[in-house]
Amino acid sequence: MSETDFLSLTPFLIIAMAPIIIMIVISIFRNYEVVYGFSVLTFIASIASIFYILPVIPHSIAPLFIIDNFSLFFLGIIFFSGLLVTFLSYDYIKHLQGIREEYYIILFTSTLGAALLAVANHFILFFLGIETLTLSLYILIAFEKSKDRSVEAGIKYLILASVSSAFLLFGMGLMYVTFGTMEFSAIVSAMSHLVKLPPLFIYGFGMMLVGIGFKLALVPFHMWTPDVYQGAPAPVSSYIATVSKGAVMAVFIRFFFNIKGFDNPSIFIIISGIAILSMFVGNLLAIRQNNIKRLLAYSSIANMGYLIIILLTGSDKGIQSAIFYLITYFITTIGAFGVISLLSTKEVEAEKIEDYKGLFWKRPWIAFVFTLCLLSLAGIPVTAGFIAKFYLIYEGMKAGLLILIFSMIINSVIGLYYYLRVITTMFSAAGTNTLPSVSFIGKLTLTIITIGILLFGLYPGWLIDFIVKYALL
Amino acid sequence: MILVYLIVILLAGAFLAWISGNLGHLWPRIISIVTLSVDLFLIVLSLVHIVPFSDKWLIDIQYDWIPQFGIGFHFALDGLSLLMLLLTFFLGIISVLISWKEINSKVGFFHFNLLLILAGIVGVFLSLDLFLFYFFWELMLVPMYFLIGIWGHENRTKASYKFFLYTQASGLLMFISILALYFVHGKSTGMYTFDYNQLLGTQMSASTAVLIMSGFLAAFLVKLPVVPLHNWLPDAHSEAPTAGSLILAALLLKTGAYGLLRFIVPLFPTASVSFAPIGMTLGVIGILYGAKLAFAQTDLKRLIAYTSVSHMGFVILGVFSFNELAYQGVVMQMIAHGISTGALFIMAGQLSERIHTRDITLMGGLWEKAPFMGAIGLIFSMASLGLPGLGNFIAELLILIGAFEANILLACLACLGLIAATLYSLRILQKVFYGKKNTEWKMNDLSIREKIISLSLVVIIIGIGHLPQPVLDIAKPALLKTLEYHNENTYHKNEVVKSKPDFKSNIFFY
Repeated sequence: MSETDFLSLTPFLIIAMAPIIIMIVISIFRNYEVVYGFSVLTFIASIASIFYILPVIPHSIAPLFIIDNFSLFFLGIIFFSGLLVTFLSYDYIKHLQGIREEYYIILFTSTLGAALLAVANHFILFFLGIETLTLSLYILIAFEKSKDRSVEAGIKYLILASVSSAFLLFGMGLMYVTFGTMEFSAIVSAMSHLVKLPPLFIYGFGMMLVGIGFKLALVPFHMWTPDVYQGAPAPVSSYIATVSKGAVMAVFIRFFFNIKGFDNPSIFIIISGIAILSMFVGNLLAIRQNNIKRLLAYSSIANMGYLIIILLTGSDKGIQSAIFYLITYFITTIGAFGVISLLSTKEVEAEKIEDYKGLFWKRPWIAFVFTLCLLSLAGIPVTAGFIAKFYLIYEGMKAGLLILIFSMIINSVIGLYYYLRVITTMFSAAGTNTLPSVSFIGKLTLTIITIGILLFGLYPGWLIDFIVKYALL
Repeated sequence: MILVYLIVILLAGAFLAWISGNLGHLWPRIISIVTLSVDLFLIVLSLVHIVPFSDKWLIDIQYDWIPQFGIGFHFALDGLSLLMLLLTFFLGIISVLISWKEINSKVGFFHFNLLLILAGIVGVFLSLDLFLFYFFWELMLVPMYFLIGIWGHENRTKASYKFFLYTQASGLLMFISILALYFVHGKSTGMYTFDYNQLLGTQMSASTAVLIMSGFLAAFLVKLPVVPLHNWLPDAHSEAPTAGSLILAALLLKTGAYGLLRFIVPLFPTASVSFAPIGMTLGVIGILYGAKLAFAQTDLKRLIAYTSVSHMGFVILGVFSFNELAYQGVVMQMIAHGISTGALFIMAGQLSERIHTRDITLMGGLWEKAPFMGAIGLIFSMASLGLPGLGNFIAELLILIGAFEANILLACLACLGLIAATLYSLRILQKVFYGKKNTEWKMNDLSIREKIISLSLVVIIIGIGHLPQPVLDIAKPALLKTLEYHNENTYHKNEVVKSKPDFKSNIFFY
């Protein structure tokens, strides 16, 4: 390995070192604050290292890694989301009984897995990343081991994720049989020599789609989502909704655009079908939920449905709109789960909609942030979600995907209904439940999120410029 | 820059009002009044400066907002939007005043929402960039939703949902249309922009134009509202607090009418002509059906809400008559209806503040108790039925004359609406102020604050009823320009366009 190779892997080295250092620290001197501070610094360092390696990219370490603008962009998103989740975890994890510091070890290993997906150029690294991510997630989901539901959710995720991984692996195997290589770019050149694609390729892609669809919680592979979101600690739910999905989306976009899946009619139809199903199922089931975490789970299913439309545009601009959408979706989702975790007490999580009754009159600031997040998810102007949805519709219409865009519009209206229900509850007459006090870090995170939502909603030009300039595949 | 200040002042006032809510109930009210007065003053000032009116934009400012998509921050003012702004700020002040006693909880947040709605409405009346227009169009929904949902009456939750979903769904259809227009224009000229001036005269096939126009129509006709799409209105109006009903009826509905004049006719000159027979028919149906339903209501606010449906029928009838007289009538109707229906809602609010019911079967003989209120009620009921000398008469007559030129049968049918209006207006008076007492109510007459509010409205409705010409002069250049787009595209070049009689020569009846 050359010096440049090492240099370009700096972010990974930092993230990989962190768990080891934390383990050593814990064995000598167990202190929550020390470990927490170290984790925050590590995330900041890893974000900084992205800028440090900018001069050497694009760089590829054959055959596994490809480190280009696109992957760096996703690394940035992943690390920043990781940082926000760390911020939100402070109070929540501190109140847990028993071991707490280990939470951050697992957070780093899962982030490592997610980061690997962003640079994967090979099935092996793809699988390695996804397994590192998933294995860590089992532990994170079941981290509150005193709660039955948390453990149950962990086991559910374990079983279903293993099955989906098997599908993914099988799909990769079929691809290997077809093309004789596992490297994305080599598959592309192998494909270009073929006049007609063999049916095995479609089977292989279908199998892989089961695995990827599971990770992205697309219908019909979505069954685990509400249970896991509900059972997992709130910061972990936000982590699954953002980092885990974003990373899988990164590798999926890279793979899909490499093999030009949008040109294949049957793949086109499959993806469209999954997108439309995800939107409708996600939104319609969300209407009937009384649990905010479940509601957000279904809403995330619908949101991923909107997002995969963009795969079918087959243009660089489309990818850019997808990245913009992901960024705003990450901010708002972390914000929404952040509110849930900040309002949860040691005993109970604030997850029922009734728990939010009259929140606006008791904690106006938190309720304001939550309202903003929900309005952003619904795509109402002033919030980032509006611009993101506009960008998505814009690119979709440009590519002529009228049916998909139209069902997205219908779903936006359905979605609005259940977001409004939560907002109405917050603004109704005050309930009697007591609320925990919110720490400085919690308030700081919510402030960052508010600024982000409003900034990208009112003045998105510079972020779009930034994405257009750097996020090239 | 003055146009940007208008919005910035409103937004700043909104946040100040919210924050000051902690200091006491008086502060938000005063801040709101000051904010709106400053805006009103600014717009009157610019009115004085820019007379005489030309057919150009009076004030026109343009900045980049999201240049990547060709989205600009483009505000412009002409006579039509100027009138609408005057109405907005004036009624804004009135709505703060009428909430003085009615709203006693969460006062700061109430005024925050109120000013935010007004900011959205001002933005809608000024935007000349279609994306910006949509932005403001949606912006006014959320605070209105809160206004109904938090301070409304018993069934407020359902009403606020209905309001939001109806307007949001139709708004999204308009959004799709805006994007479609953007792409059609971009493909044919290579210039991708949301700017109104650029998008005028976009070349497209007839069927495309109809499709794109229907998206715009969906949004405007729901807002207006036109009869099959009016379902949200009675609920929202009757459940909203008085200020909410006032703003809904007097201002929010006008954004729909404004949209028809500003966007539908100029952007789709040919398609709008093909839609005209349907539009006019819907207008007539709205006039008659709205009046019929109004006659059948027992809830006073619901009754007034249905009269709005009836009056707005005249607006769409006028818009699709495509002549100057009708358009002048439409503008007059927008103002006169805003004042008169607003005043009736205020009266309904004052009544329910005193006797805690909106059921007119429980009222009766209230003239004795509150003669001043009765007199005000009389004036605005008369305005509503179209009594000469009051603003609504001028408006409806002009529309009917204009419509007669375009379609005799429909104009005649619409005339029946005036008879129906007489029936429901007199019924209000009969059931509320005259007749035998059904229940013995203890109530006071209007206080000084309420008298000031009502009298200022009376002055305006009588003023525009007697001297409509200044109003028409202000709006005329803008209306003629709208008609120009229509004429250019629908008459053959060599055909001599029949000159329309001027309003002044038609004033024989006066």
